[in-house]
Amino acid sequence: MAAADELAFHEFEEASDLLAETPDAATTSGSNQLTPQGHVAVAVDSGGSYGAEEEVEESDRTALLQEEKQQPGFWTFGYYQSFFDVDTSQVLDRIRGSLLPRPGHNFVRHHLRNGPDLYGPFWICATLAFVLAITGNLTLVLAQRRDPSIHYSPQFHKVTVAGVTIYCYVWLVPLALWAFLRWRKGVRERMGPYTFLETVCVYGYSLFVFIPTVILWLIPVPWLQWLFGGLALALSAASLVFTLWPVVREDTRLVAAVLLSTVVLLHALLAVGCKPLPLAHPAPPTQAASLSPDLPPPPTARAHTT
Amino acid sequence: MAKAAESSGDPGTASPRPLFAGLSDISISQDIPVEGEITIPMRSHIREFDSSTLNESVQNTIMRDLKAVGKKFMHVLYPRKSNTLLRDWDLWGPLILCVTLALMLQRSSIDSEKDGGPQFAEVFVIVWFGAVTITLNSKLLGGNISFFQSLCVLGYCILPLTVAMLVCRLVLLAEPGPINFMVRFFVVIVMFAWSIVASTAFLADSQPPNRKALAIYPVFLFYFVISWMILTFTPQ
Repeated sequence: MAAADELAFHEFEEASDLLAETPDAATTSGSNQLTPQGHVAVAVDSGGSYGAEEEVEESDRTALLQEEKQQPGFWTFGYYQSFFDVDTSQVLDRIRGSLLPRPGHNFVRHHLRNGPDLYGPFWICATLAFVLAITGNLTLVLAQRRDPSIHYSPQFHKVTVAGVTIYCYVWLVPLALWAFLRWRKGVRERMGPYTFLETVCVYGYSLFVFIPTVILWLIPVPWLQWLFGGLALALSAASLVFTLWPVVREDTRLVAAVLLSTVVLLHALLAVGCKPLPLAHPAPPTQAASLSPDLPPPPTARAHTT
Repeated sequence: MAKAAESSGDPGTASPRPLFAGLSDISISQDIPVEGEITIPMRSHIREFDSSTLNESVQNTIMRDLKAVGKKFMHVLYPRKSNTLLRDWDLWGPLILCVTLALMLQRSSIDSEKDGGPQFAEVFVIVWFGAVTITLNSKLLGGNISFFQSLCVLGYCILPLTVAMLVCRLVLLAEPGPINFMVRFFVVIVMFAWSIVASTAFLADSQPPNRKALAIYPVFLFYFVISWMILTFTPQ
């Protein structure tokens, strides 16, 4: 028995390696199927039977685990505790996985491994909201040091705006994505859709790269700011796209393209909204701050300064 | 009439006897009187306590509570691994500290609505909802501290930051300048570190060992935000 278990563990790692080598091969999601024999569709060139054995063993194991796990009702505390069942090392590993996306390296399957957590998304969003507000404040301070005529104020409302925006993004966009993927479920045979929590997890962890970026945006060199912004957006969007690609590629080309481009576009909007725009000379106090919490004085003043 | 204790089973029985099985065979002789008083010190103490607090003067009541709060302040200022904060939790100290901090941090009414420091209500909400969120987080991660104990610890550990606020307020009476800012920055940093050390000393033991960092990080964020609010405070 021990030998078989060891073998199963190694096979799991090799499954991801096989995926990386042959992107056409797809592993079936064991959670959706209890009779794996009829649904194994692994297109592996060499070692076909080896691949089939992997499928059966992995889906057998996950099926067993699913039966054993008993979900408590959602009104009990234990239900919510199951979403926080992570260790420090696991959270750090997930953050590392979102920072370095690799093609074929599915974040959900490789890092989450059917154990999504809410700790990461929640605290990453909270940190990002506070860091945004604080750096917005700091840019104002630094600008005032260079140009004493700018009126400094703590601008506490930025925290609220930033917080609400980020939390809405991390909850509503995955909700829409998850609903859309479930709606298109009929088209897909091989891979089941992600659960809602897994989608929230992917989005939450993908926002981590913005935290150091926002801090680095304090450097008041414009082309450097655009460089950092582009880098952060690329990493973050790549992580999202690589995770969504196995689910979406079985759909029609049009739907896949539209979905992925919408995801990237929304992410870019968030990134642009966070980026501090160059401050100009002081102007009368602005109207309500919109999506970009660091919006400077109104455009008319900026036009005058150039 | 003493009853002889019967032999406790045949020596040769192979079946294992349950524990203390032979006790039921022993009976106490009636000519050995058993007398005495059984007092449960805790309960009688409390009963005496209760009846006396009704009659005591208001000053006594207030002083007793103030002394308890003061004792906990001392525990925060000199953090050692002790259980006093956890065992006799109370929320008076956090309330006093939070109200003081919010009163000192609120912006004057001359400031415009949007561009300014936090209002009294905002500081209050941040402190209490922040503490509640951290407590929920640590309980969800599997910590075995009770809800109010955790609120008590987090609230009391704001004391160093309140002291920092007082010092900053005094320093701001002097002329503004880089030295002014440096002094305030230094004071806030030191008090922030003190808060973190104090709360970690009390809270870290109640977390599962491989999740300590996960539970402490929100505390760090919480005190960081409060320190930021203190540091950026500008009187109008």
